[in-house]
Amino acid sequence: MFASDVLVAQNVGFAIIAAIMVIGALRVVTTKNVVHAALWLVVVLAGAAAQYVLLAAEFVAITQIMVYIGAVMVLFLFGTMLTRARIGAEQDLNNKNWFIGLPIAVLLLATMLIALNDGFKAEKLPVDAPVVTTQQVSDQIFGAYLLPFWALSFVLLAAAIGAIVLARRD
Amino acid sequence: MLLNEFLMLGAVLFCIGVYGVIVRKNAVLVLMSIELILNSVNINLLAFSLRNNSVDGHTFALYVIAVAAAEVGVGLAMVLLMYRNRRSVGLDELSEMKG
Repeated sequence: MFASDVLVAQNVGFAIIAAIMVIGALRVVTTKNVVHAALWLVVVLAGAAAQYVLLAAEFVAITQIMVYIGAVMVLFLFGTMLTRARIGAEQDLNNKNWFIGLPIAVLLLATMLIALNDGFKAEKLPVDAPVVTTQQVSDQIFGAYLLPFWALSFVLLAAAIGAIVLARRD
Repeated sequence: MLLNEFLMLGAVLFCIGVYGVIVRKNAVLVLMSIELILNSVNINLLAFSLRNNSVDGHTFALYVIAVAAAEVGVGLAMVLLMYRNRRSVGLDELSEMKG
């Protein structure tokens, strides 16, 4: 699976971070404690940021840390705190027929892995690709992709107003 | 590095997220599983961006992050509203639309 001839350090780094991410993701969906799930999600998101650095995407990695680990996780912990006062293990976090999810997820994973193996057998990523600078990203956002940026601004505005309207107590 | 390493990591995270969405009853945990799915998509976008030597994937990854933040905000507001009305965040109790 790994490219053995070049860049051993990057491959080892990828493998370690990927293993940590997969373990964290499994703990997110299996733990019995909502706060623990949020903290394991932090592990997965930080690992994703590290993978973005490996993929030469420094601006996206920093945005990931600031938006996800900084803002979204605080939102999640607030949501947990406001809906469940109890800190500790809970029993009824899963559906009654939770076992249906297992074959679905395994079948989906098998299909995807077979398709990926067929499609991109041993295709290598470029080893000496230059790091994508913030300037290039901003040139894209405010140039070719300006219209989606505007649409996204309206989405964020609508989401902020909607969240306030929904959560207001009156 | 192989392209497939990243794509397979994305696939594994995606499937774990799908499993969480199906299995979990607590609404907050379902939102966390959706975050897992969105992150796996971002890994794929950036891997293909590096492979094709373009910046488009980075732009879309940033847009996905912004949409995910908006989604979490509205989603948690809805969860709070549900908790205020029903004293519970179990998704199986929202069964009023069943005839």
